[in-house]
Amino acid sequence: MVMPQIKDPIGHLEMRAPPNAVVARGVSKTYGDVEALKNLSLEFPKGQLTSLLGPSGCGKTTLLKIIGGLLEPTAGEIEVNGTPVKGPGPDRAFVFQDFALLPWANVLRNVAFGLELRGAAKSEREAIAEKYIAEVGLSGFEKAFPHELSGGMRQRVGLARALSVDADVLLMDEPFSAVDEQTRRKFQEDLLRLVQNENKTFIFVTHSIEEAVYVSDQIAILLPRPSRVLEIIRPAIERNKNVDNIRRDPEYLDIVDKIWAALRSYVE
Amino acid sequence: MASRSLQLKILSAVAVFGAWQIAGMIPVSYAFPTFLESMSALGRMAVDGSLYQAYLETLKPLVVGVAISAFLGIGLGLWIGLSSKFDWLFSPIFIVMQAAPLAALIPLLVMAYGIGLTSKVFVVCIMAMPVIVLNTAGAVRNTPSSIKEMGRSFLGTDVDIILKIIIPAASPVIFSGLRLGISAGFIGAILAELKITPTGVGDIITYSRSIADYPSMYAAIFSIILLAVVFLNIVERLEAYLFEGNVRGYASD
Repeated sequence: MVMPQIKDPIGHLEMRAPPNAVVARGVSKTYGDVEALKNLSLEFPKGQLTSLLGPSGCGKTTLLKIIGGLLEPTAGEIEVNGTPVKGPGPDRAFVFQDFALLPWANVLRNVAFGLELRGAAKSEREAIAEKYIAEVGLSGFEKAFPHELSGGMRQRVGLARALSVDADVLLMDEPFSAVDEQTRRKFQEDLLRLVQNENKTFIFVTHSIEEAVYVSDQIAILLPRPSRVLEIIRPAIERNKNVDNIRRDPEYLDIVDKIWAALRSYVE
Repeated sequence: MASRSLQLKILSAVAVFGAWQIAGMIPVSYAFPTFLESMSALGRMAVDGSLYQAYLETLKPLVVGVAISAFLGIGLGLWIGLSSKFDWLFSPIFIVMQAAPLAALIPLLVMAYGIGLTSKVFVVCIMAMPVIVLNTAGAVRNTPSSIKEMGRSFLGTDVDIILKIIIPAASPVIFSGLRLGISAGFIGAILAELKITPTGVGDIITYSRSIADYPSMYAAIFSIILLAVVFLNIVERLEAYLFEGNVRGYASD
């Protein structure tokens, strides 16, 4: 910014490939003797959905939590929009595997809770929360409590909470693994729409190959012990033509097969 | 539903008091008055004012002791639950306190603090505090880590996380500790009056026994139980008022 003469060439570079919203550089994490992540580097392009896919124990959730600032890496660093991560920040929002809703608070307060912690005024945060409750299709359930909702609806609350803080990067830790198969498919379709409509970067942890291929612009396949990136796949599936046809697309089927062939020897 | 539960409460009271009345009429023991005799003694003491004077005396160590135990106990419990160092430092004291036979400690307390209010407050605290502290600490420690993580990821400060996540999450167990602690405090208050110096309700119990006025003795015992029940009901109302969600039974989620 302060040196205008170097601004232009960077602008040219950005034209060719989308800039990265999140960059992981040489990230390692050890728990005592256990090496969860070893020297892992990965780039997450802006406005796209990147999946972290791998067998259990490959450190995908650990990486996500390090990006979220919830865990400190033992070595290496994470940059979000060019700024190194020191802890949780307003540029990232988390969607949790087990929803992490407050059981004593109704849907409205749960969705507004992220804004409440940021000190937004009650009327303001409730107006924003209402908007996102409608967007995830939960209108009419504002006064309901989490125990009155199905698993799928609870995760919609978690999603609305993450959307309402308007972060650039959405971190999703196996968000659909605790909901049933049909709800899950609906969620995946909604997620595609969300990636298109919201100008956000999504980082999505999953252990389902089909899910990763279905929703991702970029898939990072992680391998365990020691954790490393095996391959980065960018599925060239034409998603706009019809969501119903994605699962029949030859490209989709080929990539699913290819990933399974690569992973099968690592699954006990 | 509400009227049905009220009916059941009345039915259960009638059954217990009826059994008491019959047992007193048999009589099971010379020293066991009937329910009606005890109630008339209670009425007599209430009318001549001796009951209120006795309670004025008994409530002093009880209220002071319970208040100290509740505030200090919940505070210490929070701290113990939040910091493992503090846990190592203080938990053993309260575990020992809970296990120690109180009656055996009373002579030591009397030697150290005399026979006045201080010793009695101590007895109440020793009875009430451990269960409040240990329950609070346990509840705080067992706050689901995912909602604490959620609080951190949405930029909650430590104070936010304690006030908006940990305390509400721990509140059902904190309150059950408070209820247990308060009933233990009542035991402590009466024990202090029986073992240290006979004052207040403890005096009525001791004195009536010594002159074989058993209806008065049972009336005093009955009144302290009644007071304890009323007090616990107030605490329950307080919980429902402060943490509306707790009565909704989400725990079985």
